[in-house]
Amino acid sequence: MLRVENLSKTFNIHILDNKVINAFCDVSFHLKRGEFLGLSGPSGSGKSTILKCIYRAYLSSGGNIWFDSAEYGKLNIATAPNHAILNIRRREVGYVSQFLKVIPRVPAIDIVAEPLVTKSRLSLDKARTRAGELLERLDIPPYLFDAYPCSFSGGEQQRVNIARAVIWTPRLLLLDEPTASLDKDSIAVVTDLLKELKYEGTTMIGIFHDRIIIDSVTDKKYEMNQGVTVHAAQ
Amino acid sequence: MMSLPVMKAEGLTKIYGIGCPVCRESTGPGYETNICRECGAVVACGDISFELYPDEVLGIVGESGSGKSTLVKLLYFDSEATHGAIYINDSADNVLSLSPFQKRRIRNSRMGMVYQNPHYGLRMEVTSGGNISERLIMAGWRNIAAMRARASYLLRKTEIPVLRIDEPPANFSGGEQQRVQISKALSNNPSILFLDEVTTGLDLSVQARVLDLIRALQSNLHLSVIVVSHDLGVIRLLTTRTMVMKYGRVVESGLTDQILEDPQHHYTQLLVSSQL
Ligand SMILES: Nc1ncnc2c1ncn2[C@@H]1O[C@H](COP(=O)(O)OP(=O)(O)OP(=O)(O)O)[C@@H](O)[C@H]1O
Ligand SMILES: Nc1ncnc2c1ncn2[C@@H]1O[C@H](COP(=O)(O)OP(=O)(O)OP(=O)(O)O)[C@@H](O)[C@H]1O
Ligand SMILES: [Mg+2]
Ligand SMILES: [Mg+2]
Ligand SMILES: [Zn+2]
Repeated sequence: MLRVENLSKTFNIHILDNKVINAFCDVSFHLKRGEFLGLSGPSGSGKSTILKCIYRAYLSSGGNIWFDSAEYGKLNIATAPNHAILNIRRREVGYVSQFLKVIPRVPAIDIVAEPLVTKSRLSLDKARTRAGELLERLDIPPYLFDAYPCSFSGGEQQRVNIARAVIWTPRLLLLDEPTASLDKDSIAVVTDLLKELKYEGTTMIGIFHDRIIIDSVTDKKYEMNQGVTVHAAQ
Repeated sequence: MMSLPVMKAEGLTKIYGIGCPVCRESTGPGYETNICRECGAVVACGDISFELYPDEVLGIVGESGSGKSTLVKLLYFDSEATHGAIYINDSADNVLSLSPFQKRRIRNSRMGMVYQNPHYGLRMEVTSGGNISERLIMAGWRNIAAMRARASYLLRKTEIPVLRIDEPPANFSGGEQQRVQISKALSNNPSILFLDEVTTGLDLSVQARVLDLIRALQSNLHLSVIVVSHDLGVIRLLTTRTMVMKYGRVVESGLTDQILEDPQHHYTQLLVSSQL
């Protein structure tokens, strides 16, 4: 499903006297459909940068990212044209980070329902019903459904963020510490949701600090600067 | 389901002035000017190429004078290109070589434009309904009742009270004028919409409403839109791809999040880092 080959990323900061930052180099790993890779390593070792390169929010400096796209077949995300990347983002690849980046003045329920309408072509009513169920599972009180998430607490925002990411069952999902400020109960719900996605065939790469999530959902680990270790799936 | 571009530009160039053989090679970001050192002509746009896909919003960002408005005017046939080609809907014919009549037909049936300055887009003393009808007449409409119904519908869509249909835009606030311009631009059901600094000069709260309106219209009508703005916030909110212009050239283009998070060109890095 995904094969990352000798990937590297350097930042050339022209405005700081052409300073060069090597975020990582020579990263290789591959994932079969439905596999879940955990990325780990010290702060600053380039974990977030890898995910952003795979989502093409960052341009890779070297190497290949081969993705089995439903629409295009084998596609090298590192070099594919922008409109192809937009199409796979629209239909196949999801990305969720620690911070909710949302369109202002859109209520929580619609933020979560939106991918079902635009990506899965569900009617707005059906999408809202599903979004409501998911938010309830994540313990968001119903009176917040119609409120704007910019006024939510950090943990509530994260749960909205996760709901939006998992509701549409992407083919590939990239997770950058989406659970950083959640409590034990919420983490348990998120763990279940991720297991359900995995069962439906979503391939995932995640960065988590929480051992429970790592141990219960990932099949393999990539340790920055050390490479891949495979552990038995649970 | 690979889709074909609705519009494709190749080597679009606009030179104001007589021009000479070195105009293009002596201007641009490398020379930090758009003025030809030999003849003094202004290379407002030089060798600009891009594709616009169905249902996408393409941003154009850059400092004042970088050629953004000139570029959309070339695309809307408001201004004649010095060089280059424009192709529409995967046709092999360069529309710039068509007759003015044929260009107007394409514009009236396929395109809509909202100008930076509402005085260009609206006749200020004509009623807002009349402004919209004028455009409908150009697109071939003749039935007055139908035109009035269409104008009311569009004004409602753009949140202008239909009661004001018989008032001239001169009486309207800046945000209302922009919304009448949007109504007018949408009246002929265009597939391509050009928005040149639609929110510049408006209060923050009015800006927010106009931006919300544009987002809603784009997603309901499946338009291809080109959004010109010097405001990275507007670009981030509305667009999926962005071209960065400086001294009449595109210095960088890419997915909007990539342009904002991992800018490659010196100038883009400066632009992003100086964002408020
Ligand atoms: N947009 C950027 N521009 C310049 N440098 C960047 C950019 N993004 C990341 N870096 C640099 O790349 C390196 C890797 O950063 P990254 O965020 O990937 O680390 P990380 O492993 O995710 O760390 P953490 O665990 O703290 O989140 C750091 O030195 C960082 O400063
Ligand atoms: N009719 C004209 N005659 C001569 N020069 C012109 C003419 N129109 C525009 N220019 C020049 O072309 C260049 C590009 O102008 P343009 O209006 O496209 O800039 P812009 O990027 O839209 O700027 P702004 O952000 O200020 O609206 C400028 O240097 C301008 O002075
Ligand atoms: Mg990180
Ligand atoms: Mg302008
Ligand atoms: Zn010259």
